[in-house]
Amino acid sequence: MMVRVNRIPMPTPGSLAREMDRLMQSFLRPGVLPLPTFTEAERPFPPLNVWEEGDAVFVEAELPGFTMDRLEVTIVGNELTIAGERPETKLPEDGVYHRRERRAGRFTRTLTLTVPINVDAVTAEMSNGVLLVRLPKAETARPRKIEVKAK
Amino acid sequence: MVQNQTPTVHPSADEAVGREHTRPSFRPDIDIYETRDEIVLVADVPGASGDDIDLNFENGVLDLHARVRPRRAENAAYLVQEYGVGDFHRSFQVSEDVDSSRISAEISGGVLTVRLPKAAAARPRKIEVRSR
Repeated sequence: MMVRVNRIPMPTPGSLAREMDRLMQSFLRPGVLPLPTFTEAERPFPPLNVWEEGDAVFVEAELPGFTMDRLEVTIVGNELTIAGERPETKLPEDGVYHRRERRAGRFTRTLTLTVPINVDAVTAEMSNGVLLVRLPKAETARPRKIEVKAK
Repeated sequence: MVQNQTPTVHPSADEAVGREHTRPSFRPDIDIYETRDEIVLVADVPGASGDDIDLNFENGVLDLHARVRPRRAENAAYLVQEYGVGDFHRSFQVSEDVDSSRISAEISGGVLTVRLPKAAAARPRKIEVRSR
């Protein structure tokens, strides 16, 4: 199942200081800006896994029970936002809960990528409750092989 | 009434039959509710499809195992890792009298729903009182 991706062009660059900061960060950790660490109680939903494979960065989230129409993937410049909602389970009239661990409700998470992304080629897919967003790197960010000619 | 058993991350039974445990397994989040006629277990098992689910009911214990295959190349390093990927496993003690021949399960979008119909004897019965 394909998820619709909203593409919004890169906003005008911020101040020089902000750009410098971003640049520094990308040296420290190429790929994405470091996410803050959380305690168990304030852990944001959903947890994300991000990795690099070939010419793309992959962002994955486990979203069981989330339906397509309530899931939104947006890319604004180099900021990826995943938002969605899981409806509450409808309990039958005579039903009584013994245990409730599954979370319901709205969520939104944003991730800043430090590699230039080809926004037009971003795709998102949902399979067995796992969302996978593929963000191909922009041509400028790909390693290029430079041929050396012998004279 | 369904009660939780102590969660086992590495089930000893698996080790006894020599299954490999190179990857960790995880405890799925669950909801359990009970109606007049049945007990319903809802479990989040993202990444698993119908073929990946093993459900066993024996001696009042419901054993759930969901196989989850790795989703990224082994040599691809994580830039951010906030959760682990591996099989899901959890066992439940069911103290209610269940008609085991009628247990059914379905999976959709990584959510597994198991229905355990109560045995006829365990259902509440309304006793009519006749006036004479």
